[in-house]
Amino acid sequence: MVKYDDEGSLLRPLRALSFLTKPAITEPLVPRPAAEGYRGFHLNEHQRCVGCSSCQKICDNAAITMIEVSELANDKLNGIRNLRPAIDYGRCCWCALCVDICPTGSLSLSKEYVHTCTQEDIDSYFMMPGEVGMHGTFVGKGWQKSETSDLLDLQRKPMGERPAAQRIDSFDEIVNGFSAQQAEAEASRCVQCGMCHDACPTGMDAPEYIRSIFEGELEQAVRWIYQTNPFSHVCGRVCTHRCEDACSIGVRGTPLAIRWLKRYAMDHVSHQRVLQITQEQKPSHLSARKIAVVGAGPAGLTAAWDLSRMGHQVVVFEARKNPGGMPRYGIPEYRLPYEMLDRDIEVITAMGVEIRCGVEIGSEITVDQLHQEYDAVVLAIGLHLGRSTRIPGSDHEHVKKAVDLLRQVTDEGSIEVPQEVVVIGGGNVAMDIARTVARMQKQQWGEVRTVVTALEDQENFLADPEEVREAAEEGVLICPSRGPQACVIENGQLQSLKTWGVCSIFDESGRFAPHFDENDEQCHAAGMVIEAIGQMADSEILLGDEITERLEWNRGRLQIDENCRTSESWLWAAGDCVNGPDVVHAVADGHRVASSIDEVLKHA
Amino acid sequence: MRAENYQAINHPPSHAFELNFGPNHPGIEGNYALQVKVEGDTVVQAHADGGYLHRGFEKLMEQRLWIQNIALVPRICVPDPSPMEVCYSMAVEQIADIEVPERAQWVRVLQLELSRIAAHLFTFGGHAATTGMYSPMFWGVADRDLILDLFEEFTGGRVYSIYNLPGGVRRELPEGFLQRVSKMMDYIESRLQDYDDLFFANRVFVRRAKGVGVLQQAEALEMGVTGPNLRATGLPFDVRRDDPYLVYEQLDFEVPVEEAGDAWARTLVRRAELVESLKIVRQVVKALPDIGGALRSEIPNPLAWNVPAGESYARVESSKGELGYYVVSDGGEKPWRVHVRGPSSMHAVQVLESLVTGGRIEDVAQTMFSLDACPPEVDR
Repeated sequence: MVKYDDEGSLLRPLRALSFLTKPAITEPLVPRPAAEGYRGFHLNEHQRCVGCSSCQKICDNAAITMIEVSELANDKLNGIRNLRPAIDYGRCCWCALCVDICPTGSLSLSKEYVHTCTQEDIDSYFMMPGEVGMHGTFVGKGWQKSETSDLLDLQRKPMGERPAAQRIDSFDEIVNGFSAQQAEAEASRCVQCGMCHDACPTGMDAPEYIRSIFEGELEQAVRWIYQTNPFSHVCGRVCTHRCEDACSIGVRGTPLAIRWLKRYAMDHVSHQRVLQITQEQKPSHLSARKIAVVGAGPAGLTAAWDLSRMGHQVVVFEARKNPGGMPRYGIPEYRLPYEMLDRDIEVITAMGVEIRCGVEIGSEITVDQLHQEYDAVVLAIGLHLGRSTRIPGSDHEHVKKAVDLLRQVTDEGSIEVPQEVVVIGGGNVAMDIARTVARMQKQQWGEVRTVVTALEDQENFLADPEEVREAAEEGVLICPSRGPQACVIENGQLQSLKTWGVCSIFDESGRFAPHFDENDEQCHAAGMVIEAIGQMADSEILLGDEITERLEWNRGRLQIDENCRTSESWLWAAGDCVNGPDVVHAVADGHRVASSIDEVLKHA
Repeated sequence: MRAENYQAINHPPSHAFELNFGPNHPGIEGNYALQVKVEGDTVVQAHADGGYLHRGFEKLMEQRLWIQNIALVPRICVPDPSPMEVCYSMAVEQIADIEVPERAQWVRVLQLELSRIAAHLFTFGGHAATTGMYSPMFWGVADRDLILDLFEEFTGGRVYSIYNLPGGVRRELPEGFLQRVSKMMDYIESRLQDYDDLFFANRVFVRRAKGVGVLQQAEALEMGVTGPNLRATGLPFDVRRDDPYLVYEQLDFEVPVEEAGDAWARTLVRRAELVESLKIVRQVVKALPDIGGALRSEIPNPLAWNVPAGESYARVESSKGELGYYVVSDGGEKPWRVHVRGPSSMHAVQVLESLVTGGRIEDVAQTMFSLDACPPEVDR
């Protein structure tokens, strides 16, 4: 036991002289290799990085600046920006929070830790990390993302839905929608990168409304939503959600359920309050300009909403009994309850838009007359004519078009279906009609015997995967890689659809030229065959011969410029009839048309 | 000099003069100053002049996300940074009601005790230097560096670990790490004999330190002094024992106490604590392989984390005494207020002034080091 007092031997410290016999330790001049997991200078795999700037947001010291690299891809639709982080090592503290939050996992820290320079090169402390490290010699990765270190929640909060056995009995909505707790948890996953905003055709302020939902400020979320989209209920349910394809959380995990979040905000603010909130956008001055919109679908009504927000007087002409266009006449109620569509339309009419239903342009009133009475005319007539396969027997009375049947269901509430139905097509419309028919069969026959035949194979199905999954759950038989050859008719009665196996759909140059295996023939028994292979616009009758001739056309579609203006200075066209079927694209078109018209009228 | 520029200087009496001790001075810890008035060799008055290391941490923390502060707090005390991040995390965990997995608690103890060993080695080295003994100074600093090597492996950073998050710790231990810790503890233990020979039981040091800077228990309590400085006055107060946190309750260790209250007693307390910390680390090394489970509880996305409104005070026993974080949340994404109870603020200002007054000029530096004053933690 050592005694710590002042009576100890004065010689005691001399024991340390024994160290003189020990060899001296000399450290080499080259830097010692750092430990595994060391936090040295950054590394970034530029091909994996999407430029979301989450690293910049988490940086405690504002050491990260996002810099544009023009050689890199800037692909908004896929959520890739050509921005990459550059680090100021005068500020960085090597905490590696940037690594742990990186949604793609492209960032890591290296084992490199020495950098010196002269005063002239002082800027070399500000650098953009790449894959090889600060000095071009890769010395190994140090701190990198591990399974347990992720600061992000990569898994989407599950949303409840009714089981297949229940939902097949009615047209009630399938998904339940988020609860407040689920929505806030889902919203909290957002890193506010704004990729969704960039990818959205109408540029919705998704990061902002997601943040508002996270903060429980639902009215503010609604306010953000209505900045860019009057079809908020519709898009909250049936949008093709490009935003989610671009979401940077989706790079390694499941993207945020942005569409469901929008739906949550819309469902949880009372309709009365939504009306009040949207009235905040009412114009203070009226312009005395009159604009006619033909077609009360998403494109036409969005243009009308925008134009009336700008103070113009807008009248919308709709041929059918009710406004809404394809969302009403093409989308089944189990995906979009009409009550929700009605709410969207009420918001639009409350802004001062007049909708005249049951007015067919071309017969009751001509486009020319509209031209005389109004300052501008917008054509937003959608795609309401179904295309035909033109296979033998497709002119039989029991061979139907999907769009016609869906419209009939909306108008009449029900259609008569035979015990066996075959659908041709693999897109979302094919799924809509197949699942609608399945419900009818369940009601009328007690069992589902609907077959969907599609050219595409299972992996390349055109319809959303969840649509295909849900259809299969509901008893619809999905037959991928089947090419329709003929509707077999005996004694005037439709018997079946004959299909061949598909070897390939496109030729070497990527043109549509399906190639079939004749030996792989199947006959699908059918009392009704439904074609769901695409739609086209019904514009020629409506326009009248004279204008049709004056206008420029491009493969059956109206030729328009980037502002959706036709070759006639008073005529604009928007929506599915010019851009193909998609609700949110139609909304975007509506905005574009409105601002173009406003611009023209201002200077007229 | 022209006559109009001449100004008469009012000289103090020749036997008393003022001495600026610091802010850059080998006998001062960190950037800190003592304005000392001496008469002959005797200090008759001392005024602590801090603020050189004031970086406004508490205010900065109000402007940073809850998690970003983890990267900020270790800087409050450079020689012993680990308690900062652990204590801040504990305070946030209390408000947000987050449970820390058991394995993470053991890992935190390992981190805290390694940090304590490193800090005590650093202080003893510094203290030796103030008494003119430079070999122990090199030893203290060099052996501390070996602990920093462990930290480099363990947390990815040698000095600032930035290894904790509210909810647990960020990484699993590297493979074979516990064996290397164990070997290092054997090495440090083997060095104690050398330290004793050259420093702790060195008659020269003992005579230099005994009776210097005597702090009475009553004064210590009155001034809020904690840690080794309080225990050197005979009061066995240690947060690890008296308000146990993490898994300290399950650990076997003594709380060393000395009675004299002088520089010598304070040094001996730290010498004994080194041994106790080695003991604790060994227990953790033994227990940790059998403690499975996660290293941290799930916390929300740090960019969207609103810690529920509330307030908490968390405290740990750092190498310098009771370190506390008082944190207030208004339910937002950043702290509304954070106050740090830096243990050095209690013993490095008024107490230091009072202890050096009446002493000799050559003991000023020793007194400061024997108190283990940490200026960055005073100034914050």
